[in-house]
Amino acid sequence: MSSQAPPAIRLRGVVKRYGDITAVAGLDLDVPDGQCVGLLGPNGAGKSTTMRLLTAQAIADEGEITVRGHQLPQRSKPARAEMGVVPQLDNLDTTLTVEQNLVVFSHLYRVPKARRQAAIERVLDIANLTERRGAKVDELSGGMRRRLLIGRALIHEPRLVLLDEPTVGLDPQVRQELWALIDRLRSEGVSMLMSTHYIEEAERLCDSVTIMSHGVAVAVGAPQALVARYAGREAVEIYGSPARLAEAEAEMAAQGFPTRRTGTSIAVLGLDDADGRAPAGERRPANLEDVFVLLTGEEIS
Amino acid sequence: MATEALTTPRRRLDRTAIGGVLVREIINFSSYWRSTTFSSTVEPTIYLLAFGFGFGSLLSSVNGFRYVEFVGTGTVATAVLFSSIFPAMFGTFVKYKFQRTYDALLAAPVDTEELVTGEALWLAMRAAVYGCAPMLVAMVFGLNASWGMLAVPFINFVAGYGWACAGICIAGRLNGIENFNYVTSAVITPLFLFAGTFFPLTGLPQWIQTIAQLNPLYHCVQLVRHAVFGLWGVVDLWNLGYIVAFGVVMWRLGIYFLRNKLID
Repeated sequence: MSSQAPPAIRLRGVVKRYGDITAVAGLDLDVPDGQCVGLLGPNGAGKSTTMRLLTAQAIADEGEITVRGHQLPQRSKPARAEMGVVPQLDNLDTTLTVEQNLVVFSHLYRVPKARRQAAIERVLDIANLTERRGAKVDELSGGMRRRLLIGRALIHEPRLVLLDEPTVGLDPQVRQELWALIDRLRSEGVSMLMSTHYIEEAERLCDSVTIMSHGVAVAVGAPQALVARYAGREAVEIYGSPARLAEAEAEMAAQGFPTRRTGTSIAVLGLDDADGRAPAGERRPANLEDVFVLLTGEEIS
Repeated sequence: MATEALTTPRRRLDRTAIGGVLVREIINFSSYWRSTTFSSTVEPTIYLLAFGFGFGSLLSSVNGFRYVEFVGTGTVATAVLFSSIFPAMFGTFVKYKFQRTYDALLAAPVDTEELVTGEALWLAMRAAVYGCAPMLVAMVFGLNASWGMLAVPFINFVAGYGWACAGICIAGRLNGIENFNYVTSAVITPLFLFAGTFFPLTGLPQWIQTIAQLNPLYHCVQLVRHAVFGLWGVVDLWNLGYIVAFGVVMWRLGIYFLRNKLID
């Protein structure tokens, strides 16, 4: 991708209020062309609202949004024509067959008549559903439905795809299957914005992640860079009774080391320059989850 | 890019978008047409038979028509009403709330205006066809064929469009499908009964006749009868104008209410 290409998505100072609640509170977000960006955040951080803003199903109160160079909400229709959307909640037509669902979307996304059949075959192949093309959606497994939902968003060969919690509620092996599918799109240079609260998903698939909390971006960067910056190379896990954990927490705070509770232990972070001051305990590589919890103050559910 | 360029920035009522909404409905229809066709045609036919035989045995003629002819033409409008307003109310609600279809459509290059227009056009087409069922049944019982009958599907289409948009308004305005009962009992039932379908309004007190003039269904009934019996007159311009105006007003209101519901 040339560096001249406009960013796939660009948000500046975006605010969205619902009555007294400010769901998005001055968000800046960039998805450079050809990159996969993860939007990480706990429930209620504003991820879903951000996704709705990008399809103009919610209209921002303040700020600027451009999608593939189109200013929203005025130019939202051409923007929507150029992107694919994978919703969090399955909205397939369940009494129709796999193929009929794709026919409907080939019309909605204006695939020219001459190319319609080829587009459908291509998606059936990507979603690995060629054999099940005649099956009603009702008869498909959860994983197949999800593959169809992703495939459906690709019917018009979009260069930008929005994925809202693409693997939520799925079995681990189904999740891995979808990761392979998403990774394939990424290797083809499709720009993606993926909201998720699965840290591993973001770590594996995203070139860059934006961590959201209370409607704003609290950290932006490549997953490894964020880990290095906020958590350091290694974490030390201290186990013990609740009293012992509280004590260790206070001790580390006094020394200026960030900590997080993991439920059964305290993880001490930011130990790169600790030298001899590092506490005794189980060492492990620091990860994006440490950063997430540190920055959002939320436990992973 | 396999997508046709969308060059005009704010083109309203884009035909391709409306076409996409229609294609979705048509393909879906292939999976449920039997039950819908059954209820949309059998129900008014039962009304026709019940009233036709029930009152028909008491009355030899109404306003100069045989009673079965009177009711057979009147229930055309009933069939149009039932086959457009109810599917619009329930369909809109289900697609918005339970199937989340509208989320998918609005994420595609389709705006609320095109969504409402497409849905209403589809229901109007269906109502145009279903509305003819009572007339065909009445023909079995002696209603004479006439050239004016060819106008009936068109009258049905115009009326059906308005009723479909009215149904979309109701679904867009009300929270909760249980509230539909209020509308059905307080609005639709009186509209359906005071439209000159089963009995002529001329026998009713003047004030009811005046109010009935506001009922679009009354104008639809008049148009259908005048078409079938070849009684076209200047008053039909008023009748037609009224249902066209009703359709336009409901269409704009439907878009307004549904946009409020779908776009935050």
